[in-house]
Amino acid sequence: MSDNKSFEPACPLPIPEKKTVQLAHGGGGRLMQQLIREVFVRSFGDPLSTHLHDGATWPVSEGTLAFTTDSYVVQPLFFPGGDIGSLAVHGTVNDLAMCGATPLWLSAGFILEEGLAIETLQRVVDSMAKAAREAGVAIVTGDTKVVDKGKGDGIFINTAGIGVVPPGVNIGPKQIVPGDAILVSGDLGSHGVAVLSVREGLSFAGNIASDSAPLHRVVAHLIAAGIEIHCLRDLTRGGLASALNEIASASGTTLSIDERAIAVQNEVQGACEVLGLDPLYVANEGRFVAFVPKADAERALVIMRNHAVARKASLVGEAGSRGSSPVVLKTVLGTHRILDLLSGEQLPRIC
Amino acid sequence: MKYVDEFRDRGHAETLAGAIKRTVTRPWTIMEVCGGQTHSIVKFGLDELLPEMVTLVHGPGCPVCVTPTALIDHAVVLASIPRVILCTFGDMLRVPGSRGDLFGAKAAGGDVRIVYSPLDALALARANPDREIVCFAVGFETTAPAYAMAAIQARRLGVANFSLLTAQVLVPPAIEAILSAPGCRVQGFLAAGHVCTVMGYEEYEDLARRYHVPLVVTGFEPIDVLEGVAMLVGQLEEGRAVVENQYTRSVRREGNISAQAALREVFEPAAQTWRGIGEIPRSGLKLTAAYAGFDAALRFHDVLAKSGSGGGEDPDCRSGLVLQGLLKPTDCEAFGTRCTPERPLGAPMVSSEGACAAYYRYRGNGKG
Repeated sequence: MSDNKSFEPACPLPIPEKKTVQLAHGGGGRLMQQLIREVFVRSFGDPLSTHLHDGATWPVSEGTLAFTTDSYVVQPLFFPGGDIGSLAVHGTVNDLAMCGATPLWLSAGFILEEGLAIETLQRVVDSMAKAAREAGVAIVTGDTKVVDKGKGDGIFINTAGIGVVPPGVNIGPKQIVPGDAILVSGDLGSHGVAVLSVREGLSFAGNIASDSAPLHRVVAHLIAAGIEIHCLRDLTRGGLASALNEIASASGTTLSIDERAIAVQNEVQGACEVLGLDPLYVANEGRFVAFVPKADAERALVIMRNHAVARKASLVGEAGSRGSSPVVLKTVLGTHRILDLLSGEQLPRIC
Repeated sequence: MKYVDEFRDRGHAETLAGAIKRTVTRPWTIMEVCGGQTHSIVKFGLDELLPEMVTLVHGPGCPVCVTPTALIDHAVVLASIPRVILCTFGDMLRVPGSRGDLFGAKAAGGDVRIVYSPLDALALARANPDREIVCFAVGFETTAPAYAMAAIQARRLGVANFSLLTAQVLVPPAIEAILSAPGCRVQGFLAAGHVCTVMGYEEYEDLARRYHVPLVVTGFEPIDVLEGVAMLVGQLEEGRAVVENQYTRSVRREGNISAQAALREVFEPAAQTWRGIGEIPRSGLKLTAAYAGFDAALRFHDVLAKSGSGGGEDPDCRSGLVLQGLLKPTDCEAFGTRCTPERPLGAPMVSSEGACAAYYRYRGNGKG
């Protein structure tokens, strides 16, 4: 049909070779099948193509299953250091990793906005496939829906993930005891500032790349080395400060951290200073906090620093019995203040 | 990080705090004018480092806090007009007017956008010729030249769909209002470094003379604030009352001449209502006759007049006293109970420069 350029049907029949996403791509018909085969199967490979069914089935080994889900709505879709596709893999892989699980299978649900360039979708899907390959997980089932133009924001992705926690591993805030060391896996804030710099066109922050990365290998290494991990948390929305507040509340402890031990890249700090943001609250996609017995702290840090994603790991504080505030920060001046949950998102300041 | 770390150095801070302790022989009450300084003091715990005889009270220098409710109501009304894009700095969104805040207007379908500079709003106007771009011009002398530049460029480029909803305020008249209020206990001021970067500090020399009060132009980093306090305490102990400049890396006595010229071209002083405080003569800025065409209040006069004026301040909010240094946020009965960042009674609880927000965020919601 597309070969005959002079023939343009007046009826609203979808044209398969369209270069943008059409409503019919989500309609369950041939166009959807074509999209699945030509975009998703081509990138995600065998597991999906062998099933091509409403669900995937898989044998399980010993251990405990971990199951998580997360949705990704980031704008812009592409940013320095990643894109919505790699983020949708890393984010869910990391949620599993924080349970101590080896991530195995992901699902991928796409909500596409009518008019999205197929080329853009292909780039995102390729990036997802690459991220999944590198993380050693398989995308085994998926779904696509198309919404009217103006009802979406290009692409929304939901991924759910299943992983297996090795026998004997029990990680969670309830395991934290006073005296535990608090380790942070690297410098903070680069993901949030990288996304903000592209979204808002902040040229002064142009060299900052997102830290988006899978964290399960460093976690697996810590577990394999016999580090008694009490709690793990990835430092996504709300950053370190929000994660510590949630953990302190769930564990009934007070967490004390030292501002001087927390690394922030110069460029990130500079952007935060200008915008009035606190890097302790800025999102990361490749950083985590670990609670381990003080006796294991040094050994854990050595292991973490052997992984590129945690090269700048440091000891930032310790858990104590519950005081009047959940999280206390010792400032660079040696004074103390609380580190509270924010009411909402940080907003750039006036002057 | 250069230009930051050296101004947050613990050893230097302790040296300065030690020098202040050795100098001080009597109790002194000092007001830091700017909300940025307030946040630095509370965030870094600088009051912990100072001797008990030095009391810091927080001033009115939070532009978001002093913007009157009626103007926020106007912004909310304008944001709800379908053809309008309302541009604002981020921390204005959560500030309650008498009929809700801009976040609410956005959720109700209003096109409210956060900008980082008034020039971004102008660019938006050029990119959207079929829309009306209203820039909510909130701020002190620090931001006024940027609004002025946007208006000058809009006129030069013939951008007709751009206007300013002005709520700008000036520092010296506010200091004078505080000094002349009955019961004023402020004995010295840390003047706002960035305001003086633009305006210089000749106006403050007149205040120092007339009220025999020392003022030190001060920056915003912990070392700046401690140095400012040290200089002020030195003057107070010696009985001097002059203007000194701590923030020499940014401020010259005459200020930024070209910024002032832009400001004078576009704006002229006018009476201004300060939220919680009341009207102060010649403490605001309005557009000059040549730029009146960019005045959103005139352009949308009919809509705004029809919307009427909303209610006033929440009667439980004592932000006026907080903004004049007469009440510590934690001494307000509503603090942390009826007034929180989620349900603010007044602006100082939600502005990034608000004193109540600083105490809530860095000291907790207890009264301690």
